[in-house]
Amino acid sequence: MKSLAELKAIKEKMKDKVVLREGSAQIRIVVGMATCGIAAGARPVLNALVEAVNEGGLSDKATVTQTGCIGLCQYEPIVEVFEADKEKVTYVKMDAEKAKRVVEEHIKGGKIVSEYTIGASK
Amino acid sequence: MKELSLNILDIAENSVKAGATLTEISVLEENDTITLVIKDNGSGMTDEVLKSVTNPFYTTRTTRKVGMGLPLLKLEAEMTGGSLTVESRHISDYPNNHGTVVTAVFYKNHIDCTPIGDVVSSMTTLIQGHPDIDFLFLHKMENKKVLLDTRELRNALEGVPLNTYEVIKWIEEFLNEQYII
Repeated sequence: MKSLAELKAIKEKMKDKVVLREGSAQIRIVVGMATCGIAAGARPVLNALVEAVNEGGLSDKATVTQTGCIGLCQYEPIVEVFEADKEKVTYVKMDAEKAKRVVEEHIKGGKIVSEYTIGASK
Repeated sequence: MKELSLNILDIAENSVKAGATLTEISVLEENDTITLVIKDNGSGMTDEVLKSVTNPFYTTRTTRKVGMGLPLLKLEAEMTGGSLTVESRHISDYPNNHGTVVTAVFYKNHIDCTPIGDVVSSMTTLIQGHPDIDFLFLHKMENKKVLLDTRELRNALEGVPLNTYEVIKWIEEFLNEQYII
């Protein structure tokens, strides 16, 4: 059984760690989570991104956040990657598998997965 | 929407945008109905806005954020013979007691009834995106109930954010366990 004591243990573990606040990481991954995004399948995309970033040990480098309607509903689920001094990258029609690949190749490897970008989709 | 849990995620976002500090989400299964209640202490809506929230073609700029979420939920509920009601108290008229309650009733034996789906995933998604506000989740079934109150977790965590990955994983397992038992 899960207990609150386990949460206390997590708290103790995190105490000494500098907790990254939203936006303080080098890379910001943003998922559109309005009605259009949710209906198109944004929830599993978000969860896959959160898992891949954390399991891949990239949580110091990138944060995953949610936003409202990005304004391109027909391309949902949409994932935007913001990195300081670089142009924003917009990935469209995403799913959980594509999200994992973006984390592996783009976030970890630094190479944009161009076939998933809005430029390739048009 | 393919799952009611996705409607929950979508409608709860309205509460977040309305500045709620506590959003109560209940899924109540009794006899042949599923009643979904999303209650918040956000800013509420004026009577004028309230009248048009379920009209998808009501698109003046000031209220366009209301959008398709509620009309969709209304359609899905009515397709099963159920209903949607929205009650709201705007902060200007009720400075100490404002907020919105959305209630949707579904008849689960109707062929058009959307499955409840992965509610656990919707709850973890909400908490991941909004770690600074509280959610009270209750799913009451015939012979069991699943409960989560982020205020309790927040107390235990003493400042560690609720969207810390380990905490999100803990919440996921905590809820899944209650469904299995």
